[in-house]
Amino acid sequence: MALVEVRKLTKIFPQGESIFGGAAKGEVRAVDDVSLDIESGDTLGLVGESGSGKSTLGRLVLRLIEPTSGSIVFQGQDLSAASHSKMRRLRRDMQIIFQDPFGSLDPRMRVEDVIGEPLVIHEHLSSALRRSRVAELLRAVGLDESAVRRYPHEFSGGQRQRIGIARALAVHPKFIVADEPVSALDVSVGAQIVNLLTQLQRDFGLTYLFISHSMPIVRYLATRIAVMYRGKLVEVGPTDQITTQPQESYTRSLLEATPEVAV
Amino acid sequence: MSATAISLPRLARHNPLAATGAVLVVTFVILAVFAPRFAPHDPAQIDLPNRLQRPSSAHWCGTDELGRDILSRLIFGSRISMMVGSSVVAVSLFLGLVVGSIAGYYGGRLDRFVNMIVMNAFLSFPGILIAIAFVAFRGPGIFNLVLALSLGGWVGYARLVRAQVLAAREREYVEASRALGATDFRVIVRHILPNIIQPVIVQAAIGMAGAILAEATMSFLGLGVPPPTASWGSMLNDGRAHLFDAPHLVIFPAIAVMLAVLSFNFIGDGLRDLLDPRSRIEVGL
Repeated sequence: MALVEVRKLTKIFPQGESIFGGAAKGEVRAVDDVSLDIESGDTLGLVGESGSGKSTLGRLVLRLIEPTSGSIVFQGQDLSAASHSKMRRLRRDMQIIFQDPFGSLDPRMRVEDVIGEPLVIHEHLSSALRRSRVAELLRAVGLDESAVRRYPHEFSGGQRQRIGIARALAVHPKFIVADEPVSALDVSVGAQIVNLLTQLQRDFGLTYLFISHSMPIVRYLATRIAVMYRGKLVEVGPTDQITTQPQESYTRSLLEATPEVAV
Repeated sequence: MSATAISLPRLARHNPLAATGAVLVVTFVILAVFAPRFAPHDPAQIDLPNRLQRPSSAHWCGTDELGRDILSRLIFGSRISMMVGSSVVAVSLFLGLVVGSIAGYYGGRLDRFVNMIVMNAFLSFPGILIAIAFVAFRGPGIFNLVLALSLGGWVGYARLVRAQVLAAREREYVEASRALGATDFRVIVRHILPNIIQPVIVQAAIGMAGAILAEATMSFLGLGVPPPTASWGSMLNDGRAHLFDAPHLVIFPAIAVMLAVLSFNFIGDGLRDLLDPRSRIEVGL
């Protein structure tokens, strides 16, 4: 059984909704009838151009937004049927790393509170124990322990992304959605983060849904690749097969559009 | 954080109006708290032979139509102004934070109902009219007065908070907190409110001025604190009949109201400048 099973997932955003609650004038099918499996320990790379619905799919899988129809089964549990309180408990096994390292950390919280928040929510630890866990996590993502008393704005983009990763790792999740985690960073810093993510996958036995518009990074990182175009899943398969023998013309054009750069 | 710390000499150089406001407010608060120490006479002591006296060394601000010392009544009146003003702001702020957060965070039909129907209904009446109706209905007294003025005052805060929450709930750190499994209460109290509280504080400072003025208005209309308790508004009302033969009865309480209102407005303006995001970027936050 796959860790994550997505079946016929659809998300329609209404457009031009009247303030009086009347019928919407139009709709956007951001994610349209998508089905896919993510096996435990895998990294599924989700690629597609801007606006293809990649990020929406990533958030739907975590049920951060409600699907219009379809189902998500995580570890055998149907997320779309879970109550709010059950959903909150399930969240310790599934986490997200955001694209924007500047927007995803609360500017008014110290680093120890940012990283410690999942521990406060899910584990009732003494503050001393929590502090030592935060220090441990900081070391795991390659940051100095002295960071705990500082605020997010005192760090660079790459460091902030490491703080976001430490936060996601705090409660030992099994599954992490990485929503373009390196596209806001310099190439060299991005490569460090990619390497950190692969290392953490080995150390913590993580499963990734890695969303990106960069074919080279996905090719380097992913065991399987899913290609999205205008809300629909165009093609899914092992990385080798997708990159060497793409079946769909859109996948071919996506591969041709990316220069061959060694990552 | 030292770059944003407030020191009075610095403030006086950069924003003399805000510094003046701060000094005045502190003075009013001290006068209010220690009124019995500062007042030269008993504010309720009637001395008919010495009624309507002009300012003198015995009575710095003169006496009113019952011979009571005006300065003492002003000092005791600051208690009512400060107490009613801060209570009204506290109650309206609390209501505004709760209603505005819920409407802004949950959105949808609830928000449409609260924002379009409830808030607009309250906004369509002048606040002072609601307050007059409320006190006329419930009877005068300091508790009813605070409730009455809060009834018209909370909407302004609720609208501001709603608009801010609406913008803040789309921020990624809010989504991050929800992704961690935080409850809505935790998301609102720990992440949203601390990030939107600055404009609300500015509004509260300016609202304090409005509340003091509203209290004076209500007392002037005889709907405030019942006599013989001294209040600036009721002093104005009492002095109205002697506007031409003894103008000091009106002038001194009017100056007190004016100074209190001005000082809170200065502080509000100063806070707004201080917390302006453009000036904050310069100090690196």
